[in-house]
Amino acid sequence: MESQTPMPIPKRDYSLVGSETQRAYEKGLVSAPWYASPIARPRLKELMRRKDGPAIRHTLLWFALIIGSGTAAFLTWGTWGCVPALFVYGTLYGSTSDSRWHECGHRTAFKTVWMNDVVYYIASFMVLREATAWRWSHTRHHTDTIIVGRDPEIAVPRPPGLFAVCLKFFALPGGLRELAKIARHCFGRLNAVEKDYIPGSEHPRVFREARVYAAIYVATIACALATGSILPLMLVGLPSFYGAWLVVVFGLTQHAGLAEDVLDHRLNCRTVYMNPVFRYLYWNMNYHVEHHMFPLVPYHALPALHEELKADMPPAYRGLVETYREIIPALLRQAKDPAYCVKRPLPLAADAALQGGQA
Amino acid sequence: MSAGWIPACKTGDVGAEDVVRFDHGGRTFAIYRTADDKYYATDGLCTHEKVHLAHGFVMDTIIECAKHNGRFDFTTGEAKGAPACIHLKTYPVKVEAGQVFLQLD
Repeated sequence: MESQTPMPIPKRDYSLVGSETQRAYEKGLVSAPWYASPIARPRLKELMRRKDGPAIRHTLLWFALIIGSGTAAFLTWGTWGCVPALFVYGTLYGSTSDSRWHECGHRTAFKTVWMNDVVYYIASFMVLREATAWRWSHTRHHTDTIIVGRDPEIAVPRPPGLFAVCLKFFALPGGLRELAKIARHCFGRLNAVEKDYIPGSEHPRVFREARVYAAIYVATIACALATGSILPLMLVGLPSFYGAWLVVVFGLTQHAGLAEDVLDHRLNCRTVYMNPVFRYLYWNMNYHVEHHMFPLVPYHALPALHEELKADMPPAYRGLVETYREIIPALLRQAKDPAYCVKRPLPLAADAALQGGQA
Repeated sequence: MSAGWIPACKTGDVGAEDVVRFDHGGRTFAIYRTADDKYYATDGLCTHEKVHLAHGFVMDTIIECAKHNGRFDFTTGEAKGAPACIHLKTYPVKVEAGQVFLQLD
């Protein structure tokens, strides 16, 4: 009797220097014009206007929470009391730094440029991303959002490895890869993928920053050895791993399960309504369609931008529960059928215009 | 009028602290007006990824590109940091009788 061999699940090449890269060029998906919802220029100018006040207040509170929870962890170290303190500290350090990294990387959080840069460098270290290398990575993410073969920040390649998604909650293996990259950059080496999106003029800066990161890690390890305690590493370095869970909870909502290779952010990004505490922790990155469409609008103006654009958007998700009710089944299905994606409903008028344009 | 001066737009076509696009001879330019009604002109595309700067945001004498937030001083063309690494070309501008002219090379 002839046994049937199961068909292998087709895999796409997510490398930036692989076969899909050429395909993206051929399909006109590289550095292509993207759909933008209509908005009056004077109103957009109002929304793009920068302020220092909100980000200063939010950042002072953020530092106070980090220092407070870190102090509590230090004082309760060796008792059960340190567990909740480290949970709070680690989450603030390893997760909420992601949104500070993001907004200050765009230099829109503060009006004053140096304030953006100071917070950007601190947050980059905390979230375990080399500042300059990731600035260029994120620049590419905005040029070619979820374009396979071009976007270095596709969080869940298809077919998704579900165990790999679970490991992300502890920044694994991504965090270990980042440490390996730091070590490589310390010796002045970039790989082909990095050279694809980091211009040559920026390479010396990447190497300098890697050496600073490495020096901080070496000093922390030396401190731990000298004191005979792992506490220094629990406060510097390891929170990027044990505190990474909230990055994943929030971050997967951005694009997971949605379309690849489209030129309309309404089809490959999500906007999710969140409560004020989550929006503070995430600095309004939950308005992700709006952010990608108009990245000059600072985080504190994104809710107002959402109000201006929502008639031309798919309906926003009513919280994390509704969002994950879509994401989890989508990823489970993509594990078997990588061609599957969630199709976001466009408003009828917008959909008709898009279909007409593509005909 | 001396040679090389091209009428680009009316002064009222550009809002205060704003920018408009001007196309001429197969090229594209950006015409800026500062808050104190001074006019400037640069190449119209960001040197980083060829996005029209007219979609960007003017703050004082800085134009920020709408796509990747690259910044330039439009009075000098100086790129003010990553991802804008290559300076913008600037052009002389004059205003006569409510008309903005720029001088091409």
